[in-house]
Amino acid sequence: MSIKQKINRLPVFVRALIISVVFAVFLVVVQILISGGTISGYISKIIILVGINMILTLSLNIATGYLGQLPLGHAGFMAVGAYTSAIILRAVPADSAAALFPVTLIAGGIMAAIFGLIIGIPALRLKGDYLDIITLVLGEIFRVIITNIDSVLGFDFTYGARSLKNIPKVTTFIGTFLCVAITCLLIYTLIHSRQGRAILAVRDNEIAAESCGINITLYKTLGFTISAFFAGIAGALYASYLGILNPASFGFMKSIEILVMVVFGGMGSMIGSLISATVLTVLPEALREFESFRMLVYSLLLIVIMIFNHSDKMKRFKTVAIDKIKAVFSKKAVKGAENEQH
Amino acid sequence: MNNTKMVPVPSRSIIPERDSDKAPILEAFNLGIDFGGLTAVDNFTIAVGRTEICGLIGPNGAGKTTVFNLLTNVYQPTRGLIMLDGKNTTGKSTYQVSRMGIARTFQNIRLFSKMSVLDNVKVGLYNSTKCSFISSVLRLPQYFKSEKQANEKALELLSVFDMESHAYDEAGSLPYGAQRRLEIVRALATNPGIMLLDEPAAGMNPSETWELMENIRKIRDKFQIAIMLIEHDMNLVMGICEGIAVLDHGKIIAKGDPEQIKSNPAVIEAYLGKKEA
Repeated sequence: MSIKQKINRLPVFVRALIISVVFAVFLVVVQILISGGTISGYISKIIILVGINMILTLSLNIATGYLGQLPLGHAGFMAVGAYTSAIILRAVPADSAAALFPVTLIAGGIMAAIFGLIIGIPALRLKGDYLDIITLVLGEIFRVIITNIDSVLGFDFTYGARSLKNIPKVTTFIGTFLCVAITCLLIYTLIHSRQGRAILAVRDNEIAAESCGINITLYKTLGFTISAFFAGIAGALYASYLGILNPASFGFMKSIEILVMVVFGGMGSMIGSLISATVLTVLPEALREFESFRMLVYSLLLIVIMIFNHSDKMKRFKTVAIDKIKAVFSKKAVKGAENEQH
Repeated sequence: MNNTKMVPVPSRSIIPERDSDKAPILEAFNLGIDFGGLTAVDNFTIAVGRTEICGLIGPNGAGKTTVFNLLTNVYQPTRGLIMLDGKNTTGKSTYQVSRMGIARTFQNIRLFSKMSVLDNVKVGLYNSTKCSFISSVLRLPQYFKSEKQANEKALELLSVFDMESHAYDEAGSLPYGAQRRLEIVRALATNPGIMLLDEPAAGMNPSETWELMENIRKIRDKFQIAIMLIEHDMNLVMGICEGIAVLDHGKIIAKGDPEQIKSNPAVIEAYLGKKEA
């Protein structure tokens, strides 16, 4: 058994090493291409947006895919993170903004997590449709509060519908994708742990989880709070990416947009989330030549891909393809082992 | 224990000799629950010995599963009191009662079907695994230590039912009988003092049922725990139970060892109806 365990464990480290090397190469190459001017400013903007949407999709995936809930107010947490980071960045001297950005990023995440906790405790007592509706309403409440808080406070704080302008644009390509990598890593380690198993158990069967001694309220709240935390990080990146924030961009449609990405990639699938965030961010941009038909074509493509992606034939094709890829790698591994022996 | 004053005599009569000098693992006093105007269970009094295998039988709708739900605090009783290992469970929630030492399986299987067999057992080990949130997320040494222990313990428990070879299969893909066995393993993993089995032999063929009987005895002997089971298969109930309580319309109508139950006129009436004059 110990040998089996060793074999099981070894490839994890090897795989982690391979992934981090490939990732580092990707970061460096794309960064060189961007600074060299091979990748235009327009495309590099889209690449950063892809990264932000990846974090958003991954964060909502915690609540839907792993925890099994369906919150519809995710853009609200994004807004909290965005405004928190933006307001701090505007207050500090402009030349130290870039250095302070990691701090404000985490501050945005923590603030979103606090709001997630405050909302999660009462909301998660509800189930199914009722939870969906209450999160939808709370998301809208966030937006309305941000729009109107200035007249309540009596001074300019969020600048409401006039937009919060002149936010230091410190979101970079490398910074965004480092955040994506850290998000992936933390979610992976969380899910493959004692706490992660408890979260998955709550998703699969609440009654059985509770009879195994798991405090389901605690883990629902934990999952929801972590989901809000990463949404806040994405929001903070988004604020410093655009340089301008308007509450209208964090409405119900934004929440639905994120949810579409999660469902499109497959609930509970991390790689699926990354792919779907990429496709669904690039697609609307690639369709710009259709001009006024753009959103029509986008919707049509979405429907077609959804049907295709979830058809039996496609599922079979995927399993066959994955098996083949695995077979190639295991053959290589066997050959490698044979070579070592000789 | 000198709480004989509180316990009516019939509840004691089914505790086997070897357990009689120890306090019962589970006691229920005059337990009752009403759903609106309907009294589902009433005056339910029982005591279960430390290593006893006891059965709860009765016609369909008699309230057997409701009793299990009361004992695990899924429902809060309207009346009465439950003592688990000498501790009162009133007002506790299901997960707290589980930590106090009661585990159960379900009539309709409730596995974590999308997780692996091994992970299902490791969820059962949740409370005996010590690993803080920070250690888990940052993969500190405590994580590797606790995961190693959990893996070993889970495989050891799976070996009770010879299920180690299925450890990495998806729980939902197992055949029906194996799913029932996995539920028992998962319940065992919570390290209970008493395990409640709700129709463990449902849907099993006679040879599987026989194997299950052997396994239930084996578990009792190996882990020294009490087992209480609901079952309609009388061969199983009469074969392994040392004490049996018969429930009809929410009330206990008979208690005793298998021979006494078989010949009890009230039991025969509950199952077959009254003999015509």
